Amino acid sequence: MTSPLPTVKSAAETSANTEVTRPAKTSGERPASRVRRHLPTSPWLFAAPGLLVVAVFILYPFVSTVVNSFTDRRTLIPGEFVGLANFRELLHDDMFWTGLRNSVLYMVGVVPALVLLPLLLALLVQKNIPGITFFRSAFYTPVVASIVVVGLIWVWMLDERGLVNSLLEAVGIGRVGFLSDQWLLLLSAMAVTVWKGLGYYMIIYLAALANVPRELHEAASVDGAGAVRRFFTVTVPAVRSTMVLVAALSSVAAFKVFSEVYLMAGPNGGPAGEDTTLVMLVQRTGTGLTGRVGYASAISVVVFVVTVALMLLVLRADRKEDA
Amino acid sequence: MSVTEDVRVTTGMTRKPVRRRRAPRVTDENGRRIRVWELVLRYALLLAVLAITVGPFLWQLSTSLKGTHEDIFSSPPTFLPADPTLHNYERVADTIPVWDYAFNSLKVATANVVTNCVGSALAGYALARLRYRGRKIATLVFILAMLVPVESIVIAQFTTMRELGLNNTLVGVVLPGCIAAMNVLLMRNAFLNLPYEIEEAAYVDGANAWQRFLRIALPSVKGTLAVVAIFAFMGAWDDFLWPLIVLSDPAKFTLTIGLNYLHGTFANDERIVAAGTIIAVAPLIILFACLQRYFFRGVGEGAVKG
Repeated sequence: MTSPLPTVKSAAETSANTEVTRPAKTSGERPASRVRRHLPTSPWLFAAPGLLVVAVFILYPFVSTVVNSFTDRRTLIPGEFVGLANFRELLHDDMFWTGLRNSVLYMVGVVPALVLLPLLLALLVQKNIPGITFFRSAFYTPVVASIVVVGLIWVWMLDERGLVNSLLEAVGIGRVGFLSDQWLLLLSAMAVTVWKGLGYYMIIYLAALANVPRELHEAASVDGAGAVRRFFTVTVPAVRSTMVLVAALSSVAAFKVFSEVYLMAGPNGGPAGEDTTLVMLVQRTGTGLTGRVGYASAISVVVFVVTVALMLLVLRADRKEDA
Repeated sequence: MSVTEDVRVTTGMTRKPVRRRRAPRVTDENGRRIRVWELVLRYALLLAVLAITVGPFLWQLSTSLKGTHEDIFSSPPTFLPADPTLHNYERVADTIPVWDYAFNSLKVATANVVTNCVGSALAGYALARLRYRGRKIATLVFILAMLVPVESIVIAQFTTMRELGLNNTLVGVVLPGCIAAMNVLLMRNAFLNLPYEIEEAAYVDGANAWQRFLRIALPSVKGTLAVVAIFAFMGAWDDFLWPLIVLSDPAKFTLTIGLNYLHGTFANDERIVAAGTIIAVAPLIILFACLQRYFFRGVGEGAVKG
């Protein structure tokens, strides 16, 4: 806290005497005075700490990831340029395809649930009935908890001898190997992701629902539309852009899933790595003293490209429906 | 309103006291009464969702309080510990240095709050209020940085940290997110939404950029600053992937990494793991209970940007 501030202060003070620039309200508005003398030191000093951190720890690593993806760099070996060799290797790497498949499956499973369930939940907590603020807050609790806590809670809940299985046995269904079967485990992890995200997206939907004109519901009611009908003809169209936003946010997050599966399936994604996701593969391949930084970077580039493509795709779908 | 209503009911001054008693004045946001069956249905659903969302936390708490001799695997399950004990919390501390880990987490989270608040307020002000050549480029830099998914650059962040000699340190844990681009843009928007006239008046009176920032602009964006602070704390306290990659020495673990370690090594006793997770989650639940408003506000502001 102490280090950046004094410099900024002194620089700002010295510059103030000569500063003639008349700041406009927005960037679009030009100041009336045409006489402008720029004294760039002070603004740049304000922005400097932020720019420095972002440049060194986000933008440089990003460029470095792209560059490394064309090398055979390892943790302790600088490596040399190998062209597209890493990407060619990806095409023949079964583990990469497993990871890609699981990450895509994860997205396909999680996104519809996270678009729909929080909306229903928001409708449930929308009306101001007594105690509703308590329920809203309580539903948000899983969002606040660390993903590690959440993961470990559910590892215990879904354990062979855990609560869920005890209950299933008590009602006569019998025990289910949630964490031992490859597909059930992936499905359980998806359920955990949805469980943790419910409250977050509920709050987003609540804000959107507050803007739905009451008259629409009333008019539909008068016309004899039931609750279900009104949901599809009034609520959904009114919050459609929010649904697109939620779809964008949740699909990007789901594709990059790491912690849930890491905690539930173990660091190797199951005995033969069959539950590995793409980001787990990045972490496993690129870290440690023998980490293959170059190859992990190539996988990272794939993660980045898919993420950006997803965002563009969802935003484009939004615009198309608008037209 | 409801108080007077109750009084009238009890004193029998209303004409239909019976109906009122059965249906207390529960209205929606437009003041229209909600029907009883709908109310019952709503509360039933609310309680069901409550059991699903909060139940697992309570089960974890219950498990952590069960003694070594109590069967935690019974079917049907026993929800309340027969003989509640804090023994498991002592056993976590015997197994891993859990309080050291908690202190490490606290250090990381506090540092993250301070750097994010100071750094993003300064940068946000520069982007919103100060005029200089290159401002648009600076804004663009932050927007681009916000769009880069952290997961796709962690390996390079790790090699960068190694180059700086900061891997396996708590400073290394804090640095990459210490001034998040998203927070800078949040602060920028907050400053842009302030009316400009007061600052202009101060400017005419000769206040320099630093004085305008500190005395006029900053006190007006306290709410957004609180949001930044809370999410910085929560983000650092809850983070998993980055500390997992950058920390290798068990002595320097944060709580989340320590829990993962505990789970991997001593998974044989669920009571200990349960106690560890409760230690990790309790501070945040308390924080959330006290400052809910800012948590919810942060979701709204973050979603619009993110």
